[in-house]
Amino acid sequence: MNAKDEILARVRMALRDVPTGEIEADAPIDWQYGQPVEVGDVLDIFAERVADYKAAVVRCSQAKVPEAIVQGLQAAKVTSVVVPPGLDDGWRQAITQSGMQLHVEQPEAPLTNTELNEIDAVVTAAAVGTAETGTIMLDHTADQGRRALTLVPDVHICVVRADQVVSGVPEAVARLKPAVLAGQPLTWISGGSATSDIELSRVEGVHGPRTLHVIIAE
Amino acid sequence: MSTDVSRGSRARHDAEPARRTPAPPAGDLIDSPRFQEAVKVALANQQQRANLRHATTTIRGKRARVVAELDNWQELRQAGEQIKTRVGRHMPDYLLQFEENFTKAGGVLHWARDAEEANRIVIDLVRQTGEDELVKVKSMVTQEIDMNEALEAAGIAAWETDLAELIVQLGHDRPSHILVPAIHRNRAEVREIFLEEMGRYGTPAPEGLDDEPAHLAAAARTHLRNKFMRAKVSTSGANFLVAETGSLVVVESEGNGRMCLTLPQTLISVVGIEKLVPTFDDLEVFLQLLPRSSTGERMNPYTSVWTGVTPGDGPQAIHLVLVDNGRTKALADPIGRAALRCIRCSACLNICPVYERAGGHAYGSVYPGPIGAILNPQLRGTASEVDRSLPFASSLCGACNEVCPVRIPISDLLVHERHKVVEAKKADPPHIPHTAEPQLIKAASWVMADHKHLEWAGLGTMMGSVVLGKMLGIEKFGAMPAPLSRWTSARDVPMLPEQTFRRWWKQNRGDQK
Ligand code: SF4
Repeated sequence: MNAKDEILARVRMALRDVPTGEIEADAPIDWQYGQPVEVGDVLDIFAERVADYKAAVVRCSQAKVPEAIVQGLQAAKVTSVVVPPGLDDGWRQAITQSGMQLHVEQPEAPLTNTELNEIDAVVTAAAVGTAETGTIMLDHTADQGRRALTLVPDVHICVVRADQVVSGVPEAVARLKPAVLAGQPLTWISGGSATSDIELSRVEGVHGPRTLHVIIAE
Repeated sequence: MSTDVSRGSRARHDAEPARRTPAPPAGDLIDSPRFQEAVKVALANQQQRANLRHATTTIRGKRARVVAELDNWQELRQAGEQIKTRVGRHMPDYLLQFEENFTKAGGVLHWARDAEEANRIVIDLVRQTGEDELVKVKSMVTQEIDMNEALEAAGIAAWETDLAELIVQLGHDRPSHILVPAIHRNRAEVREIFLEEMGRYGTPAPEGLDDEPAHLAAAARTHLRNKFMRAKVSTSGANFLVAETGSLVVVESEGNGRMCLTLPQTLISVVGIEKLVPTFDDLEVFLQLLPRSSTGERMNPYTSVWTGVTPGDGPQAIHLVLVDNGRTKALADPIGRAALRCIRCSACLNICPVYERAGGHAYGSVYPGPIGAILNPQLRGTASEVDRSLPFASSLCGACNEVCPVRIPISDLLVHERHKVVEAKKADPPHIPHTAEPQLIKAASWVMADHKHLEWAGLGTMMGSVVLGKMLGIEKFGAMPAPLSRWTSARDVPMLPEQTFRRWWKQNRGDQK
């Protein structure tokens, strides 16, 4: 017997006391999925909880986003920026006009890991924002780019639209499901990278971007 | 402590120059002494006890605060229990559904009956890439199967990239906690290890490194950056496997996980069969329960989800080794199978008065603490001294039951495992006499079953773990025969202060929901 068949046979043997075929009746789940959670003003709480992770949070109108991006980049003192291919044209132009060196990722000729490591910052959009936990969720479609882009550079500027922000994890999971069914990977980001491995004291900034700068576009 | 570290490593380097990665302590975990023996050594280590007390107190407070934020915490726990129960009872359906969806998405699935088979598969896969090193995301199951040593023996270097695992690996040490494996080390010891060892295995620690945690973390970032950039192969575990979509989920803090899951060309995940959840929607339950229970955060910094191969994004060769290694044995016990619900959050370790004093190494396994005391004899059997002793490594105070996010009745299962150890001893009488133990266990579990019984037994006034054995031993069985004295001495282990149980509870665990 091959390993698969043997393991399945062992599992079936182990479960011979369990009636087969009536999963829902045999093991009910009472949970109501996808429900909103009570957090008050979703955008206020989102901004507050993201800031709790020591990330910078800026709220502005859609029109002011290009300006806010440039200000964020300047505050982080970066000189080179990479952006995903599907990033908003206006945002892209603002970065170029600010005099920073801009690289637009080309899916046919992606940067190597080492090249990416030489770039200071990345600017992306997001898929979902979750208020209760202060989490930004990426589904890595065209305005966010492949996963390495938002991982290797040390500064991540992420623009979240107000209509992308939901109350809690259940609503977020429901919104992200279609992307997962379409085969997209997900990255959930709650603050900058951190560790509590030394005496359980939280230290910001290990391997992921050490600066997370979130712009909420209302 | 620090001098021991450097002396030990130097001796090893002289003896085994051919190794690629730091050697762990000699010997197999399964040959560890009984818990009750090992704990004597641990209790004598003042530094470790202080480190552990500090760390577990901190994390208990954080957990209590974020759990109190959610009004529906108990409903979430019940959902967690029910979802995992469904998976456990109908595992063949979910295994096959997962296989179909994972394979459809371009993943290659491998099945491993035991540790040896899992390691052989991983070694073959690495060899096929032509590489001789890999970077590793922290994973309990790869610890369980001792994968690093199997790879080392095959000439493949496995680099730990989680900060705590790095401290353990560079320190020629073993993990002592499932979430914070270096919880037994303080900052001064970490500094010592980094200065001494980093240079031997890559980028050295900066000269003049002090013991600020931020500086130590920065040294780890620099040390590992090179390894991430050049790595062609990585291994990971997974916190969840989603049957409905064929996705894997990794929950982490530092971003080392994202590095390993994203930058290399080949990703090999090694995961226990019990990690399944039926649907993607189920993650809304577990991604609320897990971070709050484990690190005491509303959400951990990073969570990665991937479904087979994504063209143009991340590794283009995605493998998964599904591991049994004793899990089907645990599953075959209708009572004991509840332990397979465990999502490895470590809340039961952090709240356990025995763990806090004994430390993780005394459990002789990669799974310490209350859940380890159940899982180890389930997965490894009771042939070894240490596995027979583990179900007794508890005062049955029940604090763990209250914090477990999937409502595993931990103390009931400990009593259940004690019965099984006793039964096994009966079947093998020449080695270990059993005599009065079953009655004593029965009495103990009745006494511990609820607080009225506890008070009846006089345990409302004195801490149970010390009194119970003595009281029952003396009043019911007269002078203690040899096996009983062994049992009672095991129960003395926690060395809890002799104050009233209620006062102790209030002071120590009263903040828990
Ligand atoms: S038994 Fe429960 S509390 Fe302990 S690690 Fe597992 S899930 Fe967490």
